[in-house]
Amino acid sequence: MYELTNLTKTYETKRGTVSALNNVSLSIPTGQMVAIQGPTGGGKSTLLQMLGALERPTSGTVALSENLLSGMPDARLADIRARTIGFVFQGFNLIPTLTAQENVETALAPLGLSRTERRRRATEALDTVGLSERLAHHPAELSGGQQQRVAIARALVKEPSVLLADEPTGNLDEQTRDEIMDLLEGLWRDQGLTLIIVTHDSAVAKRAERRLHLKHGAVSEKKEHGTARRNTAQR
Amino acid sequence: MFGTYLYRELSNRRKQTTIIAAGMALAIALVMIVSGVAAGVRDAQASVLASIYGVGTDITVTQEPVQPAEGEQGQQQPRFQFGANDGATADGTTELSQSRLTSGAGSTTFDADALTTAVGLDNVAAATATLTLNNVSFTGEIPTRDAASAQGTEAGVEPGSGQAAPGGPDGAGGSSFSVETFTVTGIDVVGESIGPLTSVELVDGRAFETSDADSTVVILDAGYAATSSLSVGDTLEVGGEEFEIIGTVTSTSSEATTASNTYIPLNTAQRVSGLDGQISTVYVQAGSSTEIASVQASLQNALPDASVKTQEDLASSVSGSLSTASDLVGKLGTWLSVVVLAAAFLISVLLTTSGVARRTREFGTLKAIGWSNGAVVRQVAGESLVQGAIGGVGGVVVGLLGTLAINLAAPVLSASATATAVSGPGAGGGPGGGRFGDATTAVAATTDIALQIPVTLGIIGIAVALAVLGGLIAGAFGGWRAAKLRPAEALRSVN
Ligand SMILES: Nc1ncnc2c1ncn2[C@@H]1O[C@H](COP(=O)(O)OP(=O)(O)OP(=O)(O)O)[C@@H](O)[C@H]1O
Ligand SMILES: [Mg+2]
Repeated sequence: MYELTNLTKTYETKRGTVSALNNVSLSIPTGQMVAIQGPTGGGKSTLLQMLGALERPTSGTVALSENLLSGMPDARLADIRARTIGFVFQGFNLIPTLTAQENVETALAPLGLSRTERRRRATEALDTVGLSERLAHHPAELSGGQQQRVAIARALVKEPSVLLADEPTGNLDEQTRDEIMDLLEGLWRDQGLTLIIVTHDSAVAKRAERRLHLKHGAVSEKKEHGTARRNTAQR
Repeated sequence: MFGTYLYRELSNRRKQTTIIAAGMALAIALVMIVSGVAAGVRDAQASVLASIYGVGTDITVTQEPVQPAEGEQGQQQPRFQFGANDGATADGTTELSQSRLTSGAGSTTFDADALTTAVGLDNVAAATATLTLNNVSFTGEIPTRDAASAQGTEAGVEPGSGQAAPGGPDGAGGSSFSVETFTVTGIDVVGESIGPLTSVELVDGRAFETSDADSTVVILDAGYAATSSLSVGDTLEVGGEEFEIIGTVTSTSSEATTASNTYIPLNTAQRVSGLDGQISTVYVQAGSSTEIASVQASLQNALPDASVKTQEDLASSVSGSLSTASDLVGKLGTWLSVVVLAAAFLISVLLTTSGVARRTREFGTLKAIGWSNGAVVRQVAGESLVQGAIGGVGGVVVGLLGTLAINLAAPVLSASATATAVSGPGAGGGPGGGRFGDATTAVAATTDIALQIPVTLGIIGIAVALAVLGGLIAGAFGGWRAAKLRPAEALRSVN
């Protein structure tokens, strides 16, 4: 799915150059569930930005399937984000003035679907995350867990091949965290997604098939195996 | 999605929408009213000029008055002199009455050859001449015994003063005088295509005929006739002669009074006033509007002493509250509109850009989930445009209401146009110009006109265009900011 070679990302700030990622080379096969851990400032979000086609590396290459993201113009990157990448954020990032259903529809807006088709798929996606009763609710009328479910529906409604999540449970209590993780793991298992989760939480990381550690912009593998398993029938 | 999102944003962020739209509406309404008043004042000025100079006059020719030399009496001051045995005497009181026809103070007459000269010039389509005069009539009652008091009947003495002697109107030796004045215009009786009578219509009686050229007949302004209780068939004393009233006229521009109180044949005017072969204004019409400047130049060349003015020059000679209004609209009104409009634009730009800044994470997220830059910019600009449009519609409504209010109130403006285009000290003429005894006042036609603001599609169009422009400017700034946002902003921590 992903091929990263000698990936380096530096930021120019007033107080000098900050190196966020340092010569990272990494391969992530299709369908893998990966957890990325590491201390704050280690470069986790920066790595996710590279994987999510949000930023280009300072040097090195990022390839998503056959697309070389590091050399693409902005418009192509936006198109790849619209079609193949789903995003889930720590702060949910829902649009406060839109209803749950409309928030999910925003992910379909770039795809040029008809209004009825958008509606239908948004309803379906919200049903999948267990929110069929909350279509017309605004984010402020939903609990944190429910908001994150809406965000997950928004990420999945376009049927992406990759789901990227930056601290998806960081703002949730333990019980809700487990519910959300069950949901994500279930979706990963059922839909053949490549799932990459950045997390501080070992309980979350423990579920992943593969665990990466990022520190000072350098990546290392943890050899422990996660608990999450796909059904052998689906593999 | 565009429509839903736009509607949700505007209806859920009602405060911001209201502030932007209200600011825009206020500015638009102000622009509408100011430009409407300007148009109304312009119309008023045009109809004042038309009522004074007639329709179709491109150029007028007058003569600058010569300032009287030191110690010399101004030639135009009428004097009333009574002999010892003048007047009818009864019960110890002598009644005296006299009327004089003179060219007004500050006005100068010149030789009628100027008309012949003007007619002979190239590109002159038509020309006619008038003689503008003032009729001053004096009536008084004095005690018979004190014949010497006739000395006191010089111009300018207020009625009511007198000597403490028996007799007189109060039976105690007092005197009573009254002085009345009205304007008289001597006019060519052959119906010309230009001149003051082209902008009037007959109310009663008949117009001048060729056979009236030397007769003592008079046509009255209908308003003057009404206030003086005169009507067709009555007689009016002008310059000591009895004139028969043959008609009354009113201005075709409904709100304005006509240029003169009375009109008499030019020949008669010259004879009665003793100004044989003299005129005070030549009205010239150029062959076409493009030739006005060249005709003006050749007139000035042919008549070096004359003051040759185009309608444009004359518009600036209109004084009184109309010209005050014109100045006010021109200067303050325009200034105010520009300032308020700029403020409204600034407010909407600031609120829009700060709105985009507040929604950094929102727009970053939309970009992160695949919205193109164009789609985000379109959303931001669309919101501003709709806010501007709401303001525009509100502004047009408020502007129309304001216009309606002004039209219902119909404030009356008075305009004095110095008919002889006097300049130099003592010129200008205020309301009531040409008042008897006021040597510094030029003969002026004073006209009252009610301000009416025209509502044109043009003004409404400009108002809406301004609102859209405001929306576009704000949208451009907001959109530019939104376009610069990186999609990675979506990952910025919440705190
Ligand atoms: N836009 C930016 N400009 C300048 N420096 C940046 C920027 N984004 C990240 N950095 C720096 O890059 C380094 C890595 O940041 P990153 O956000 O990837 O860390 P992180 O591992 O996600 O940390 P956390 O766990 O706190 O989210 C940090 O030192 C950070 O200060
Ligand atoms: Mg981070």
